[in-house]
Amino acid sequence: MVFEFEVQGGDFATAGNASSQIKKILKQLNVDHRDIKRIVVALYEAEVNIVAHAFKGRIIANIDTSEVRIRLVDEGPGIPDIELAMQQGYSTASSEVREMGFGAGMGLPNMKKNTDEMHVTSVVDKGTTVELIVFINQPTT
Amino acid sequence: MEAKSFHHALKVRDDICIGCTHCMTVCPTEAIRVRNGKAVIIDDRCVDCGMCLRNCPVKAIHIEHDDFKKIFDFEHRVALVPAVLSGQFPEDITVAQIYSALMELGFTAVYEVEHGVEILLEAAKRFVKNPAANQPVISSFCPAIVRLIQVRFPALTENVMLLKPPLDIAALHIKKLYTDKGINSDRLGIFYITPCAAKIAAIKSPVGEEWSPISGVINMDFIFNKIYKSIKQNGKSESCYLPKIDPLTSEGVMWSLTHGEATPIQGRCLAIDEIHNVIDFLEKLENEEIDDIDFVELRACDESCAGGVLAVANRFLAVERLKNRAANLPSVSGPIPSEMSEESIVRSKEYLINHIAIDDVNPRSMLMLDENMAEAMKKMNQRNRLLKSLPQVDCGACGAPNCQALAEDIVQGKAGIEQCFFIRNRQISSGKLNMAGSTAIIESIWGKKKLKKPESENI
Ligand SMILES: Nc1ncnc2c1ncn2[C@@H]1O[C@H](COP(=O)(O)OP(=O)(O)O)[C@@H](O)[C@H]1O
Ligand code: SF4
Ligand code: SF4
Ligand SMILES: [Mg+2]
Repeated sequence: MVFEFEVQGGDFATAGNASSQIKKILKQLNVDHRDIKRIVVALYEAEVNIVAHAFKGRIIANIDTSEVRIRLVDEGPGIPDIELAMQQGYSTASSEVREMGFGAGMGLPNMKKNTDEMHVTSVVDKGTTVELIVFINQPTT
Repeated sequence: MEAKSFHHALKVRDDICIGCTHCMTVCPTEAIRVRNGKAVIIDDRCVDCGMCLRNCPVKAIHIEHDDFKKIFDFEHRVALVPAVLSGQFPEDITVAQIYSALMELGFTAVYEVEHGVEILLEAAKRFVKNPAANQPVISSFCPAIVRLIQVRFPALTENVMLLKPPLDIAALHIKKLYTDKGINSDRLGIFYITPCAAKIAAIKSPVGEEWSPISGVINMDFIFNKIYKSIKQNGKSESCYLPKIDPLTSEGVMWSLTHGEATPIQGRCLAIDEIHNVIDFLEKLENEEIDDIDFVELRACDESCAGGVLAVANRFLAVERLKNRAANLPSVSGPIPSEMSEESIVRSKEYLINHIAIDDVNPRSMLMLDENMAEAMKKMNQRNRLLKSLPQVDCGACGAPNCQALAEDIVQGKAGIEQCFFIRNRQISSGKLNMAGSTAIIESIWGKKKLKKPESENI
């Protein structure tokens, strides 16, 4: 199943809406609550990154019985050095954003921690694409 | 193990229910439908918050409690009262008068629930500080909230503080006191005076506990009337028999009020009351949008137990009275009073601490469309298609709280699409349904009466 959501850059009041919607869908599909938690925590961070760092973006969630694959495609400044951005505590967030309680530089590392696969591609001055993959209904989990 | 069926003290009285939509639209878990002109509560969705009762215009929803006469089945009859009871009475009626009236009514002893706080507070602080605990720790105090988390926020069941609330600790203490004196359970009746339906449900089908030592539950509004009458009849004579009881601590008196737990438990603690506020907060907590909080106190009622459905007094006045009462009492952390009575809970501290833990709180999500994910996906597609043909006015005329709830009922085989008035109209105009068929459907939802023409009518 495919679900799509729009995200507005700079709109902190509605940041997290797409994550909440996807969470509701996953609950209705009876996905294990521990997997839902991993997915939603990663997605929320990625959604907030669009709000905090980009102009606008789209979230495309692909759900099937063995995996949840979510692509976040944004139009924005892009990330010049992805490896650096992935480091814990690294942040270019403005002081304004920090005052709102965001910008601890833990978003990308947390996404990595909570997913089974994560792919980031970015073109400076164009935008960033983040893909989050979480395997679900695995025999061992 | 948790029971498969859930006890609910809230009952709809079919002889009074007029089959409107008030309760159905306010229920925070969409647990109500209208069938045959009566509200029907879906057992495994209801969390006993009492919202439906508060909003019923004809008082058709009541809280089933035990027959008061049941106390006389026991030789020893203990009234286990929450401090919030004393907040129900005018300032000029003393706590001693209230409790002596309870003795007049037939109890042989009165014990206050919040003595349990003297045992719990320390254990709770330790639980919250434990680095192995899932942060934030969520209070296990309000049974409506524990149930809400089980059905709507399954991931957060892991955050619930796995300690008995003061009520269960106090009840266990009483049982031990009497057992130690050689009085066994069949001679001892412990009766809890409840401010709400949720506490009754917690006693009759406990979560994370095997059984409850409480023998029966009496509604607070019922006992209030009895006590008030007794005090009025006997006047305010000084000769009334005053039961000898230990004073509560100030933390104890405040415990069931908003901030009652959050204030004495150390660290960064938040207190949130009223179920919609709690739901908003839990949504955010589940996304980990909120972090670095050690403990959250969550209560289903506005102003917590002072706003319980069975409270009689205005909740703000009750809070004021309880604050006044607490102001004159010692603190839990103060020195142990020199004249500690035989019955003091502190004497059984070791035993109670050994029995304070409860089992894991298990999720029992009611949101899923099907247990099997592939099936659930099919049903979700079907639901989304149905939603497109439904009018999205959420009128409730189908007997479900909103269009989405009807669509979900349909894919689960619990309702038919023709229950929607707009769809029926389309079916009639296309010749798919006749008037008699339409009437039969309306009657199955709203009963026969509503379609009958009253004699006075001239339209
Ligand atoms: N969608 C994005 N567009 C542009 N830059 C981004 C985006 N996501 C992350 N970044 C960059 O990567 C840095 C680290 O991101 P993150 O770990 O989420 O920390 P934070 O958002 O707290 O700064 C950000 O400060 C920003 O410079
Ligand atoms: S008690 Fe609360 S959850 Fe149960 S039916 Fe009434 S409103 Fe719904
Ligand atoms: S806040 Fe108190 S009165 Fe209200 S439901 Fe919870 S325990 Fe009962
Ligand atoms: Mg971030």
